Amino acid sequence: MNAPAAASASNRRMLKKLLVVALGMFGFGFAMVPFYNKLCEVAGLRELWQPGEANAAAVNTQVDLTRKVTIEFDSNVRMLPWTFKPMASSVEVHPGELTQMMYEVKNTLNEPVTGQAVPSYGPRQAALYFNKLQCFCFTQQTLAAGEVRQMPVVFVVDPALPKDIGTITLSYTFFRVDGADRKAAKG
Amino acid sequence: MSAVIDTHGHGHTDHDGHEHHPSGLMRWVTTTNHKDIGTMYLWFSFTMLLIGGVLALTIRAELFEPGLQIVNPEFFNQLTTMHGLIMVFGAIMPAFVGFANWQIPLMIGAPDMAFARMNNWSFWLLPVAALLLISSFFVPGGAPAAGWTIYAPLSLQMGPGMDLGIFALHIMGASSIMGSINIITTILNMRAPGMTLMKMPMFVWTWLITAYLLIAVMPVLAGAITMTLTDRHFGTSFFNAAGGGDPVMFQHIFWFFGHPEVYIMILPAFGIISQVIPAFARKPLFGYASMVYATSSIAILSFIVWAHHMFTVGLPTAGLLFFMYATMLIAVPTGVKVFNWLATMWQGSMTFETPMLFAVGFIFVFTMGGFTGLMLAIMPVDVQMQDTYYVVAHFHYVLVAGSLFAIFAGTYFWIPKWTGIMYDETLGKWHFWLSLVFFNVTFFPMHFLGLAGMPRRIPDYASQFTEFNQIASVGAFGFGLTQLLFLYIVLKCSVLRKGEKAPARPWEGADTLEWTHLPSPAPYHSFHEQPEVK
Ligand code: HEM
Ligand SMILES: [Cu+2]
Repeated sequence: MNAPAAASASNRRMLKKLLVVALGMFGFGFAMVPFYNKLCEVAGLRELWQPGEANAAAVNTQVDLTRKVTIEFDSNVRMLPWTFKPMASSVEVHPGELTQMMYEVKNTLNEPVTGQAVPSYGPRQAALYFNKLQCFCFTQQTLAAGEVRQMPVVFVVDPALPKDIGTITLSYTFFRVDGADRKAAKG
Repeated sequence: MSAVIDTHGHGHTDHDGHEHHPSGLMRWVTTTNHKDIGTMYLWFSFTMLLIGGVLALTIRAELFEPGLQIVNPEFFNQLTTMHGLIMVFGAIMPAFVGFANWQIPLMIGAPDMAFARMNNWSFWLLPVAALLLISSFFVPGGAPAAGWTIYAPLSLQMGPGMDLGIFALHIMGASSIMGSINIITTILNMRAPGMTLMKMPMFVWTWLITAYLLIAVMPVLAGAITMTLTDRHFGTSFFNAAGGGDPVMFQHIFWFFGHPEVYIMILPAFGIISQVIPAFARKPLFGYASMVYATSSIAILSFIVWAHHMFTVGLPTAGLLFFMYATMLIAVPTGVKVFNWLATMWQGSMTFETPMLFAVGFIFVFTMGGFTGLMLAIMPVDVQMQDTYYVVAHFHYVLVAGSLFAIFAGTYFWIPKWTGIMYDETLGKWHFWLSLVFFNVTFFPMHFLGLAGMPRRIPDYASQFTEFNQIASVGAFGFGLTQLLFLYIVLKCSVLRKGEKAPARPWEGADTLEWTHLPSPAPYHSFHEQPEVK
């Protein structure tokens, strides 16, 4: 170097400046944390766990409170020695609301009998909007001799249900599935 | 890359013969000479390239067929993660620092780097970090397996291997920052009289800008992994959702580092290409000033595009649009550079020695990677392609055919100056053509795989992807073996010292100081009297 002493002094000044920049950027990395937290809060990007809201009871925002639908319950048995009836003949619900209804069945025979319930809907297109989350019709039911059983159906009516449908009839028919009905019919 | 340097051969410029440096191993441990340190950086980087390459070939062997053949899924994830970390932090970045150490003092007419002792330290941190990183394979739970991007929450859940990885990254980051401080100070304070900033060779310019980028973003990475570490062990909840933290925040902080980082890995490559093309076209670089401005604007823009890696995390639409357009904007200065290189070649009297072959190959294949980058920048398209093999294809086109090809070009270009011996031109050409062909055989099919929906980072895949994967695996083994040829070519010049003696200026069109003012090999001490630049 032509002027080594002067050069190395200015080198050292440069070193210090650049170190400060590096340290500053290290701090900047941490400063991003509160910055992003604030940004997300302002932009509402983290609604799910905003302070305060976490404590509030979860509200179902999908219930259509502006209208009600009447659900009528119907029950039939075919070739089955059971009595079968809903606990209420109808309920009024808001679309989107989770609802439970109980049915009661009784086996009037002195032997175990297996049946399967099959649902149908009136009007027919309502079937598209009637979502059953739990139903005794999902599996076969076997009742011991003389047994009485209460069975739930849990459902939601889709808020997309067309406005002109004010009443839906849910009708179940229980069929005997253990083959005894056919034997009975033949014999 | 050379074991240069016959310590007696420096009589040309160095009169006082004052140094009594130790010989043997201690010479390399204690050296503060920029040429020694550059050489060590380059050999270190080549070693890591081979290690990372072995990991990659294990990955490709597993992916040769659907089903699990060679490794289990947990180990597969360790392989992809470690391959990425080793290649980025161990191979590509140190290689460019090696070039900086060798070339910057030679090209600006300085006797050495500004802080020679710190330079020694910056280098020797690297093998330590590499050992830490690699030893993570042997701890319970194995190496980091969250991908090279070490996203939370995976990085919070992993075993002690992740801690080793984080320490290694801290050390490598410190090394990079010290290296950058050294480079900036050297460039700004130690140029030969008369060499104004706008007379600096392009390689020096690109490194100046890269060093600033490094100082700006390596500390941010250090911050992010420090937060990961405290989340893991000290009960903080920066990214830990269970404690009210936010894993997506890690991605924001990581990519604030990560996108500038990809330019850190390509700007010095641009610099090398900008030296090589004019030398073999025998014309000055077209649009020098616009090259400087393009490089600077790429660097500045690289700070405002990070979220193009995060198009699917649920950003607001305004944010998506901003990052999409900002990303596309970067293609403009990148395009300026490509056009300037083409214009430099236009009507030049070109010859195609190996450095030029790699440089032209770079332009061709890197540009394809730029175009796939643009495809990914289109947010609605990226939503389909994120985390598929299309992204893998993109970044290997820019990193292997970009950065690595530039490293090869630079090595062939300067090895006569470093060792005093010409490399074997025939073998060099073989190295280029084999690399180019096998590179494309490996990575081109990955575009199709990605478009067809094959996710990245999986050890097993649906059978309709089999054929393209087999082609890629064959190409990968070809590419890997080809690099042994490169090792041989370099060893032949540096260790075996076989080959023609190189003249001081083997490339007719090369006109920077190391060619015009120094013999080949460059003496151990050079430019104690700084040259006058007109
Ligand atoms: C024209 C310039 C470029 C554009 C527009 C661009 C755009 C993009 C985009 C949008 C992604 C995200 C893809 C996704 O994850 O879905 C991406 C990924 C990536 N790019 Fe680029 N890119 C460009 C140049 C480069 C360069 C020059 C490099 C490095 C030398 C690079 C390295 C990478 C890497 C490593 C990734 C993947 C990161 C990961 O997820 O592991 N890109 N690029
Ligand atoms: Cu990016």
